[in-house]
Formats: sequence, structure tokens, C-alpha cells
Amino acid sequence: METLTKIDLQQVKESFNKAASRVHKRVVICAGTGCIANGALKVYEAFEKAVKEAGMDIFVELELDRHDDHKTIHLTGSGCQGFCAKGPLVNILPEETMYTKVKVEDVQEIVERSLLNDEVIERLLYVNPVDGTKSKGQTEIPFYKRQTRLVLGECGHVDPQSIHEYIAHNGYMAAEKAFLKMTPEEICNTMLESGLRGRGGGGFPAGRKWLLTLNQPGEKKYVICNGDEGDPGAFMDRSLMEGNPHRVLEGMMIAARAIGADEGYVYVRLEYPLAVQRMRRAIEDAMDAGVLGDDIFGSGHSMHIQVMEGAGAFVCGEETALMASIEGKRGMPNPKPPFPAQKGLFEKPTVINNVETLAAVPLIIRNGPSWFNVYGTERSKGTKTFALTGHVANTGLIEVPFGTTLREIVYNIGGGVTNDDGTVSGQVFKAVQIGGPSGGCLTEEDLDMPLDYDNLIAKGAMVGSGGLVVMNQQSCMVQIARFFMNFTQSESCGKCVPCREGTKQMLSLLDDIIEGRATDETFSLLEEVGNVVKKASLCGLGKTAPSPVLSTIVKFKKEYLQHIHDKKCATNNCKALSDISIDPEKCTGCTVCARKCPVGAISGDRKQVHVIDPEICTKCGVCNTVCKFDAIIGFN
Amino acid sequence: MITVTNTKLRQFDQVIEIIEKNNNDKTRLIAILQQVQEVYRFLPPQVLTYIATALNMPVAEVYGVATFYAHFSLEAKGKYVIKVCDGTACHVKGSSKLLDTLRKKLKLSEQKHTSDDMLFTIEAVSCLGACGLAPVMVINEQVYGEINAKRCDEVLQNLINEENKVESAL
Repeated sequence: METLTKIDLQQVKESFNKAASRVHKRVVICAGTGCIANGALKVYEAFEKAVKEAGMDIFVELELDRHDDHKTIHLTGSGCQGFCAKGPLVNILPEETMYTKVKVEDVQEIVERSLLNDEVIERLLYVNPVDGTKSKGQTEIPFYKRQTRLVLGECGHVDPQSIHEYIAHNGYMAAEKAFLKMTPEEICNTMLESGLRGRGGGGFPAGRKWLLTLNQPGEKKYVICNGDEGDPGAFMDRSLMEGNPHRVLEGMMIAARAIGADEGYVYVRLEYPLAVQRMRRAIEDAMDAGVLGDDIFGSGHSMHIQVMEGAGAFVCGEETALMASIEGKRGMPNPKPPFPAQKGLFEKPTVINNVETLAAVPLIIRNGPSWFNVYGTERSKGTKTFALTGHVANTGLIEVPFGTTLREIVYNIGGGVTNDDGTVSGQVFKAVQIGGPSGGCLTEEDLDMPLDYDNLIAKGAMVGSGGLVVMNQQSCMVQIARFFMNFTQSESCGKCVPCREGTKQMLSLLDDIIEGRATDETFSLLEEVGNVVKKASLCGLGKTAPSPVLSTIVKFKKEYLQHIHDKKCATNNCKALSDISIDPEKCTGCTVCARKCPVGAISGDRKQVHVIDPEICTKCGVCNTVCKFDAIIGFN
Repeated sequence: MITVTNTKLRQFDQVIEIIEKNNNDKTRLIAILQQVQEVYRFLPPQVLTYIATALNMPVAEVYGVATFYAHFSLEAKGKYVIKVCDGTACHVKGSSKLLDTLRKKLKLSEQKHTSDDMLFTIEAVSCLGACGLAPVMVINEQVYGEINAKRCDEVLQNLINEENKVESAL
């Protein structure tokens, strides 16, 4: 069969590199969701304008066949560079200077001093909050230095909208190898050997999943990329799809070749409009370049991919529910078996992998399984990305090998735990919530445990998709448990009784605890119902829904009992349990609270300090809302 | 009984176009509903009936899908849809206080989402994936990160001022 447009990857790579070497300076502005929210697009426009005014030529896309020596600036937006707390980030190459929190007003100075005169602007450099030292670029900043960025590698360095640049970084060469030089069995075996396990939470070996699907009879098979990253507190998949969409596509192509599929879907949640847009653009560009479509690399195989936008249902992250959603139905899970490998999308054998899993695939095919499995622990190979958030100095996207300790992540990469006011303190660590609504909490005693799939399961938590939320001493763990219960309860699809009714009961028991109605029976019932939901639910969402509660019950039993027996919340997060009083220092005797109190619990004369009668007070909080002097104590 | 006026007929034109663009394909129901909602800003009941008839499927099934997914709304929404992220990171950084502030200012509540003048709708949504900037709110497409009660107030006031300006200009 004759190919219409057969692309020569090596040639594209060479001409891109040649064109890149003629560029005087390259400015890479982080254009991930985080930095855009902080004004990165305005900074980008300001650069465009300022560079032109300075009389230099500016390119947003390199012209591969241009051959003059004029001083040029290559301006690109990149995907998430990970250091969201410091955005917008601006990187200047070849020096690799990184400026943080860049504003439009800074742009003129950067152009004049750093682009025209190779100077470094000290005040825009990253300052280490611990010792005040300044770092010039990513290689010097602890946040980056201590990570192992394989899957995230090019994310944040390359222009996600340039297929040429992706190819210049050896992109699509793994796909070419897979289509032209490897048999499906060889690909599956390479994946098995690499030890890559599903990054979406379950941790099922990718190679085994592929082999199962390959061995199913039938002509029609599908590959699905699960980008329905619904876990609150996780944004790794979003960053990958935004920052390096071609890598995700290449992973899907290799999976398709491995199982004999010719059609694929990328299911992205609708809360990620930028990811949807970048994936669609990547597919178009790949089709135009002749990398994707019919007769790929002249192999005679074809692959077509389309993007499907979710419609806001957490349960669609579950694979069988996700497939129902692609079929246009309510996204409700189905019992397994049959597994998707046997009977998946439109009843055909289907491989469904998470974004991060697929993004690792091209690297493994290109570099070999032994390159990948030197990282990690015995049974959890490779690296894992985590979204590091909450009460931690350096929030952002990180990647570390499995086996890294929580201490390294929180204190060295994350820069330490923060108080509510944002200051770093050595004493305030309370817990890390890992794995979102399916995960659990880890505490001080777990800080030195190597993180991997099996260790986390043993602790009642799970890798999940990798949300890692740090909490300080001011967080109430019963409230955190309630937060997740409320989430899973409202996201429960209602198909099976244990999840639908069980989560509702658990939520109401938790409400009893935080509102002061609980007895010892409440506590034991909560645990009992939790175990039933865990055992009897239909899908992964239900089976893991009690985890945040069960794990906090184990780790923070004292805190629960304090709520139940003493009717006290030590962190003052539970309104109904707090002792409400009026600060005599702040009260001016304006009488507003006394007049507004619906039960008449507040008394005091004009211009005299008022008092609350705890016997009458219903802790409704009206006084706190109306007081202009912040004099009501007890509401957090 | 639904009275079909000329405007409504014209509105159905767009629905027909959307359905045709999706090849009258039942499996594309979610995409169809998304595109229809973009036109109307919500899913009016008569449109759901229309879609069901056009795709030759029971109205109950279309209704089932439309009510299953959080993105679909059977009620009209305001001009500005304010989504307050209530993901874990935002939650531990005080998103509920932010919601309180907004609701108080716009005289809305957990039950009442849209203001009477149809300008504002407040929604608490699941994680928007901008956890590094928690707490986060999104107004239409614009993302506001690391927002506190004071900034939130400013942003809202700006929008209200803007609207008043437009109104007085008319």
C-alpha cells in the first residue's frame, strides 16, 4: 500500500534542531492552568510586544527552512512546569534562568536586560524560604533538584502545540519502532518486563492488561485513555495532557499496535477545557503530519483517535462507567467480569489506561524496560507523579521514584509544612491525605516509609491517582473524613445499595459526631457500616469510599473520641462543638450581637462587654457574622 | 401544552443542526446535550423531548442522562456562573468560607443558586485541578487563584459595576 504522507522523523528532528540552534534566546512561559490563572497569557502578550519594539524578530513557531543569522527570539508557552505556587514562571534559554511570579510590568526589563544583554535580574529569581538564598534556574532549586522527572520530562520545556518540537525530542520514534520493528507480543512483553503498573489507582500491570486484550478473538478492539481525573486534589493527568499531549497520543498508538486496535478515545473531564483543546490540537497535527491515521509509518495499520468530553461525574473515572459514558449512557459501572479486556467499549475487547500510564509507554519502548525498572521498589517500578498541595510551602506537580519517603516529599521537595497564615513551621505537621476519596491518611510515624503501591495499601491508603494533600495541626480530621464522605456520597451513582445507602448513613453518622449528638454506638456503627460498604459495593468507587473514614478512625481515634465523649473539637473546626464566648478586649458594647441573637443568649449594657449564656446559645453563628470587631471567639 | 412560537421554531433549528452534525447517533447523546446546553445555557424540557424523538429513543432515557451528569442543568443559569472549587486542597484552605461570602453578598443560599436578576449563579464544584492555587474560583472561563474574601468581594463588585454601567448606557 502506498502512503500519502510518510513522515521522516529523523529529518524533522534535524531541521528543528538546526532552526533552534539559530535562535538567539528562547523564552518559555508556563501556560498551565495555574500560571494562566496568575496572568501568564498577559505576560506572554507583553513579551510579544516588547520584543518587537526592541527590534528583534520573534517566532512563536520555528520556521524549519529559514537560514539567516538575524537575532531572533523564540517565544513559547509551555505546559505546566509544576511549580504552581510561584507562577507565572518564565524560563530563558540557553542560560536556563528561571524567573518566578513575573508580572506584565517586569517584561520590559527582562527584554532589555536578559534578552538583549545577558544579565540576570536578581529580584525575580526564586528565593529559598528557608535560608534566603537565590537560585538561578531549575537545576539549583531544591523543588526541582530532588525530583526525577521522567514522565514529566519534556512537560514544561517543550511547546505542547508543536509536533515538530516533540519529534525533535525523539517523539513518535517509539511508535515507529513499535509499528515497524516489533510484534504485538514483543510490545506486551516489554511492558511486562518494565513492571509498569496502572497509574490511575488500581496498580494493575499494564503489560498483563495488554496481553489479555491481545489474546481476545475479534477484529475490532479499542484503546481508551482515561483522563477523567476526578479525585479532588489531583491534577497530574491534566498537566500531562496540557503539557505534552503528543506523548499521551504516542502511548495510545503503541497500545493500539500491541492489542490490534484501530480506534481510540481520550476521555477528558470537562473541568479541564485546556487539556481538551490541547489534545484535540495534537490529534489534528499528528493526522496532518501523517503520524496518526491510515497506514501509519507505512505499516499498513491505522489508528484514529477522538476526544470525548465528560459531563461531570466522578464515577466515570471507573473504567466500566467511563465506557458507558462514551456509549452515550448514564455513567454507571458494570460488574466485572467480564473485564474490559474481554468485553469493553461497544462490547469489544478494550484496553483502558490512565494518562500517566500511557505517557510512560513511549519512554519504555524507546529506552527499554531495564532503563525504566531501575527506578522504584521491588514491586512498584518507575516513577510516580504527585500533586503536592495543601499546607505545604511549595505546592505543585512533582515526580519521584517509587520508594521515596513522605519526609523527602513534604520537607525537602515541598519545603515544609505551613501554618494557616502561610509561614513555614517545623512543628505543625499533622497528616498527609493520599489517594483522594479512595485513599487514607498518613501521619508522623509514616514519614519514613518508602511510598509504593503495597506499603500504602497495608496502611489503609492507596496511591490513587496521586493527590497528596498536606494538613497542618489546625485541620480537624473528623471534618476531613466528612469532607470525603460528602464527596463520595454525592458522587455515588446509586446503582448498588451498599454504596448508595451506606455512604448516606456514614455521612449522617459523621454529622452526628461533629454536631455533638454521637455516642459510643455511633462510633462502632460508623466502623461497621464502613466495612460493609467496603466489602459489598459494586465498583472501585464504592469499595474504597469508606477508606478516608476507616483510616482516620485508626490514626485519629483520640480525636474522634474527644468529639464523641467530651463534645470538643480541639481545632475549633466543628462549629457545634466550639465554646463560644466574647473577647472582652475586643467587644465595644455596640449591642448588635445581642439584638441579632435569635435565642436571646447574649446580654450586656450599651458600651459594656457582652456575655453569652452557654445554656441558651445554639451556636448558630449569627453573632460571629454580625460582629464588626472580631470579638466572638470559638468559630474557626 | 407547549405553544410553538416563531422564536422557538428558530431555536429548534440550532438543535436540528447539532443533531445532524452528530450524525443522529445515539451514542453521541452526551456530546449533543453539551452542544445544546451551550446554545441555551441550560436544557429546556421541550428540547429534551425533541432530542429524544429525533434520536428515536425514550424521553426517559434522555432525561436519565441529562440528570445523571452534574454539568447538565435543567434550570436556567445566570449570566455569570461562579464555580467555587471544593476539592480537597481548596477545602483545607477555606473554600467554604469563600462560598459563604459569595452567597451572602448575592443573597443566595445552598438551595437558591441563581440571583433573581439572572446575573449570577453560584455552584460549588468538584476539583478544578488548579490545586496549587487553592482556594480557586472560576467565573465563566476566567480562573481566579489564591482568592480570599476581600479579593472575592472586589472581583464581584467589579462585575456588578460593569453591569450597572451597561444598564445605564442602555
